[in-house]
Amino acid sequence: MTMARTVSSRRSFLGHSYNLVGVVASLVILAWTLVAIFAPYIIPHPIGDIVDDDYFGPMRQGLWLGSDYLGRDMLSRVLMGARYTVGISLAAVCIACFSGVVLGMIAAVTGGWIDTCLSRFLDAMNSIPSKLFGLVVVAAVGSSIPVLILTLAVIYIPGAYRFARALAVNINTMDFMTVARVRGENTFYLIGSEILPNIIRPVLADFGLRFVFIVLLLSGLSFLGLGLQPPLADWGALVRENIGGLPFAAPAVIVPSLAIASLTISVNLLIDNLPQKIRDRDA
Amino acid sequence: MKSGVLNLVVKRLAVAVVTLLIVLFAVFFATSMLPGDTASILLGQAATPEAVAGLREAMHLNDPAILRFLRWLLGLLQGDLGTSYANDMPVAALIGGRFVNTMKLAGITTLISVPLALTLGITAAMLRGSLYDRTVTILSIGVISVPEFMVATLAVLLFAVYLRWLPALSSVNEAHSLTDLVRIYAMPVITLTFVISAQMIRMTRAAVIETLSTPYVEMALLKGASRSRMVLRHALPNALGPIVNAVALSLSYLVGGVIIVETIFNYPGIAKLMVDAVATRDLPLIQSCAMIFCLGYLFLITAADIVAIMSNPRLR
Repeated sequence: MTMARTVSSRRSFLGHSYNLVGVVASLVILAWTLVAIFAPYIIPHPIGDIVDDDYFGPMRQGLWLGSDYLGRDMLSRVLMGARYTVGISLAAVCIACFSGVVLGMIAAVTGGWIDTCLSRFLDAMNSIPSKLFGLVVVAAVGSSIPVLILTLAVIYIPGAYRFARALAVNINTMDFMTVARVRGENTFYLIGSEILPNIIRPVLADFGLRFVFIVLLLSGLSFLGLGLQPPLADWGALVRENIGGLPFAAPAVIVPSLAIASLTISVNLLIDNLPQKIRDRDA
Repeated sequence: MKSGVLNLVVKRLAVAVVTLLIVLFAVFFATSMLPGDTASILLGQAATPEAVAGLREAMHLNDPAILRFLRWLLGLLQGDLGTSYANDMPVAALIGGRFVNTMKLAGITTLISVPLALTLGITAAMLRGSLYDRTVTILSIGVISVPEFMVATLAVLLFAVYLRWLPALSSVNEAHSLTDLVRIYAMPVITLTFVISAQMIRMTRAAVIETLSTPYVEMALLKGASRSRMVLRHALPNALGPIVNAVALSLSYLVGGVIIVETIFNYPGIAKLMVDAVATRDLPLIQSCAMIFCLGYLFLITAADIVAIMSNPRLR
């Protein structure tokens, strides 16, 4: 995500397609990234401390976002939750996009049976609904941060592969590819130096979209109680543990939802407002 | 020419069957990878080693995995879904009634969301760039960008907490009259309709806009056809294939949607059953539920692809 942002903001600052919505969206993303990095230093109360006599307390001075179902400070818990939601999703999307894009480029460049086998297999993987896949894996091996990261990554590799392969197949027909082949370059040179630079922009935009999917899926799994396990809590888990506050419209159940929405909507808006050249699928 | 379409359709169906096998294989292996010995889990801590060994033998747990997979598959074909670990009932009996509940929920949602989403999507595409179009687009992006449980939470806040129109929880068994029924289904259906419609509106709008930008539609405009005639007579018949494709694809989001919605509203369907089964690690139950969901999902995306193939006039 960080990479996607630097590329995009440089583009929109230098080019004339300077767009207010895009800038606001990048600021929100930047803010959550900073929170995720510095959360342990800025939280007002330790996340496990019970600081309020009342549960589902309202917003008031000192407890800016109210208290949760045990009377813990909600602001601190949301800030720390950013760590897990952003961190796990980012790790998963990096693995998913890296593997997917590399495999996609290899398939496009080599063609033949490698391409056919990879495509068939990954298409089949794509036919498993993502939440279901998550449920089954968690049922099989239990839930922990490495398992979550790997599962989320595996679920989104086929999508990244399909996207990168479609782009790379187009590049593969260019004359400079033929020239490079005639020169006798090996596959790794071809994908690294000839294909990648030509597809990097749409791939980064895709990276952002996939990040959103992963955040949503992670939150969904945590909401079902199959994601992060207590005492750790990401935003989805925060909604789950405070769902009892829903009848009182407690901030404890609304705020984490809003946090997820602000992050995912910002990434979507940022991608929608990227200059056409970057997000265009057939670059 | 006709055989070209038939060929493609048969090919697509074959791919679906192969995919189904791979998916079944994956589900079976993911669940049988579970650490710990099933037999000793079943018998509890007091079991003697002899009893465990006996049960392992009886459950064919010593056989190679591939043999167990084939046996499981054979059982499936004969309609034998296995026996639940948690309460020793046949899985088929556990699933039966709940399957009907889930299908009811999905059916009602489909009946409401398809006409709603098509109307909104097509009109938004017709009035492209207007305030109406932008409102619809922004709302649908908003709904797509947030997790399903947030849509559900907001629906509860709005309809049950602030307006007090509907109860937050549903229990199908208490349905005695039509009003009861409406009150029970309202909340889950509203949530699912939002989630599904948002996807469908976006895809429908994109499909119609693509058709509207073709030369023959421009031609219709130039020869003086009215705007509604241009859309209804010239554009829509050609956009039908992509639209049906979009509908089928969007409906496949029901699979993920019902898992969340049934859990949050405590609705007695198979998704809730499966989430509970994951909590108790009831493998045969998880396998069967996962299989039903995969089947539904695979059916919808295959249908979407086949419609796309059939509606391509270049293949006819």
